[in-house]
Amino acid sequence: MFGIETLSSTSQAAAQIGLVLAESIVLYVGYGALTQAVGPTVLDTLGGE
Amino acid sequence: MDVFGMSLLLILAFVGFGLMIGTLFGFFGMGGSFLVTPALLVIGYPAEVAVGSGLAFVFGTSVIGAIKHRDHGHVDYKLAAIMTVAMTIGIEAGKYVVLFLKATGQADLIISIAYVGLLAIVGLFTLRDARSTDDESSVDLSETVQGIELPPMVTLRGDIQVSGVIIFAVGLAVGVLSGFLGVGGGFLLMPAMMYGLGVPAAVAVGTDILQITISGAYGAFSYAQADAVALPVVGAMLIGSALGARIGAGATDLVDEDDIKGYFAAMLLAGSLAVGAKQLGTAYGIEALNTVSIVLIFGAALLVSSAVVLAAICRLRGDATGTWCRLTTS
Repeated sequence: MFGIETLSSTSQAAAQIGLVLAESIVLYVGYGALTQAVGPTVLDTLGGE
Repeated sequence: MDVFGMSLLLILAFVGFGLMIGTLFGFFGMGGSFLVTPALLVIGYPAEVAVGSGLAFVFGTSVIGAIKHRDHGHVDYKLAAIMTVAMTIGIEAGKYVVLFLKATGQADLIISIAYVGLLAIVGLFTLRDARSTDDESSVDLSETVQGIELPPMVTLRGDIQVSGVIIFAVGLAVGVLSGFLGVGGGFLLMPAMMYGLGVPAAVAVGTDILQITISGAYGAFSYAQADAVALPVVGAMLIGSALGARIGAGATDLVDEDDIKGYFAAMLLAGSLAVGAKQLGTAYGIEALNTVSIVLIFGAALLVSSAVVLAAICRLRGDATGTWCRLTTS
């Protein structure tokens, strides 16, 4: 899974932390862009405007 | 259809759970790790995997916050460095205890009992906090602590002098808790730094989130070495929680935390009951109790995160009298 099975246990553990970090950054940037793009529209819709 | 060894339905369930946890974390500023490890325990993950995955989730949710606070200069690096060393030792000790308990076959039981107690205590304190009408401030021990001249003395930001031994002891205790239970430890570190050491609030928040990130990263790494991190579970929960954190943080501009704090306390108490029910169900082979535990922990998280979103929508609409909106004001 995730292509890290062949690494040693320490490298595998480090790779797992790296994957979590990379995912967090990608999600932060991605959701940030999404929020900027559709956030005001969603707020207007929820606010009943 | 299976993705990364899990059914698509299960992945979606973890994304949904992450969304709820993220909303709660973004709104209340705590609770990210309180429910992840217990939830994995009630689903049936082994204790060491529940703890290891909890720490990896804590790392993933706190790392962005830590980077933001670093940019704002809200970190005391001297304090962070001493705490990091102490917490690293503490985490290793906590992990050692978990792996020892695993070898004796007692890990699930002991960690579950610890969570029953932890969630009940934090839940009761939060409930008391929610019910207090006056502005009772927490007990401030900082002057007493700063008066203890146990060398080496360390000068922190705000020109505060505190014994390095005390800082180390606090970090060690929180580290043991992190390594043993898979929690970030922010619920202890924040009050310890502010009311114990006398660190200014903004610096305490920034240093606290940096510590949570470091302890989450180190703890997750340490458990991953023992093959005790369920990466697909963590990945799925992060997808939901990163979005939920934005929703929860957005809701703080609209809703007073105190309006919903009572619900949050009830959720922590429900989490305590859920872990207890799971243990009893497993011990006595009562399947119904296992179902009750899952319904309790996921149902409570769903109810409280929904209350946050509903309260925010009510404020957006300026509606304080509708049936649903009245439910979200205490």
